[in-house]
Amino acid sequence: MTVRIDQTGCIGAGQCVLAAPDVFDQSDDDGLGIVLIAEPSADLLPGVRDAVDRCPAQVVTLEE
Amino acid sequence: MTEAAVCPVHHERDHPLQPPIGFAEAVSGGPVRMVWPNGVEAWMVSSYAGVRQVLSDSRFSTRKGGQPEMRTDDGEEVLDPDQPGNINGIDGAEHMRLRRPLSRGFMVKRMNELRPRIQQIVNEHLDVMEAKGAPADLVTSLCLPLPSLVIAELLGVPPEHQELFQATAGDLFGKNGSKDEYLAHATRLAEVLTPIVEAKRAAGTNDDMIGLMANDTDFSMDELIFLCIGLLAAGHETTSNFLGLFTLHLFEKPDQLEILRRDPSRADVVVEELMRYTVGQLGGPGLTRRATEDVEVDGVLIRAGDWVSVSLMANLDEALCPRAEQLDLERDAVSHLGFGFGPHQCLGANLARAELQIGLRTLFERFPNLRPAVPVTEMAYRNDMITYGAAEIPVVW
Repeated sequence: MTVRIDQTGCIGAGQCVLAAPDVFDQSDDDGLGIVLIAEPSADLLPGVRDAVDRCPAQVVTLEE
Repeated sequence: MTEAAVCPVHHERDHPLQPPIGFAEAVSGGPVRMVWPNGVEAWMVSSYAGVRQVLSDSRFSTRKGGQPEMRTDDGEEVLDPDQPGNINGIDGAEHMRLRRPLSRGFMVKRMNELRPRIQQIVNEHLDVMEAKGAPADLVTSLCLPLPSLVIAELLGVPPEHQELFQATAGDLFGKNGSKDEYLAHATRLAEVLTPIVEAKRAAGTNDDMIGLMANDTDFSMDELIFLCIGLLAAGHETTSNFLGLFTLHLFEKPDQLEILRRDPSRADVVVEELMRYTVGQLGGPGLTRRATEDVEVDGVLIRAGDWVSVSLMANLDEALCPRAEQLDLERDAVSHLGFGFGPHQCLGANLARAELQIGLRTLFERFPNLRPAVPVTEMAYRNDMITYGAAEIPVVW
């Protein structure tokens, strides 16, 4: 399970941070999404899936 | 092609908190052709999947000179399609250039840092409301001042300019008017903002939104001023209307209000559900796009050049959540479209969330017996430039 953000399309909406605050953050430099835990444990996956669904730019992916 | 129906673009409602009469029936069953009051034909998309597709697919452009929306009383488009800094009328890399620096200013952690200040503003305004005594108008007591004070501080409007700034903004966004009136107010607001921007440029600071735009970006003065006006518009009206509408929905559904009263710490989830439901019930045509290629949406072929509108009534689509037509504050947050979707999703969503959560929670904590002084159906409602809401909400406690 690998979490990625395609930063070329990220708009910095921060929806991933709301959905899974342990897994995602926003960079202080540019506000874009960053992945804190690229291979999250099972208990974090529901939040990650929520982030994938909620991301308005659809740039968060979870490779299962 | 089947004959296009006339879109019921109006705000005549049987109940002020329900969609315009006939709208749900007119848009149901997939993309339908509609004629807008200004004669433009457009598709209307209202399914959850369809709206997400239109708002996120880059083949639907926001560049839309001649858009079907009616913006002023005389039916004219307010904006020049090439207005510099019109972030909602550009796509792709051009849009990203403006959007990204602004996103930085609205980061989740920045908004969380603002929470104590938002709480303080809410407390001060509710103190005044309590001291003056019932009945009070919730709109002027809390809903209107809260977001406009917060956005002015976030932008970094100096205290000595706040009063003029608020008054000018109120003239600009507080009512419908002709295009000439709109432009006159916008020019005055630009005159207030220009020296503020110049001062931030001279100081080289980036600790507020104007400073950030003035010193950390390549924005031109025209872009910067228009972006400030846009941020102000969004901060001034939308959040205030929603704080009022949320309260009215809760007045109308005492069992739901009880859920918030029982556990105010769930205000974050409660606000998501109220946002989903309220935006869905507003109905009406929302955001507009134009197809740049042939695209299939919900099984219908939309041709290059066609206008497409989406209705955020999609928030009531069962494809989003079970019993979607019901307000259920015990529901976990779902991926609703209350703030839109796609690259143009509401820039201030996280600020609006903080204001709505703190405002609503504190309101019912401070006034557990808060109730409408007149029936919700007898209050005055208005359609301003941007959104729909209650003009006054008389309350007692």
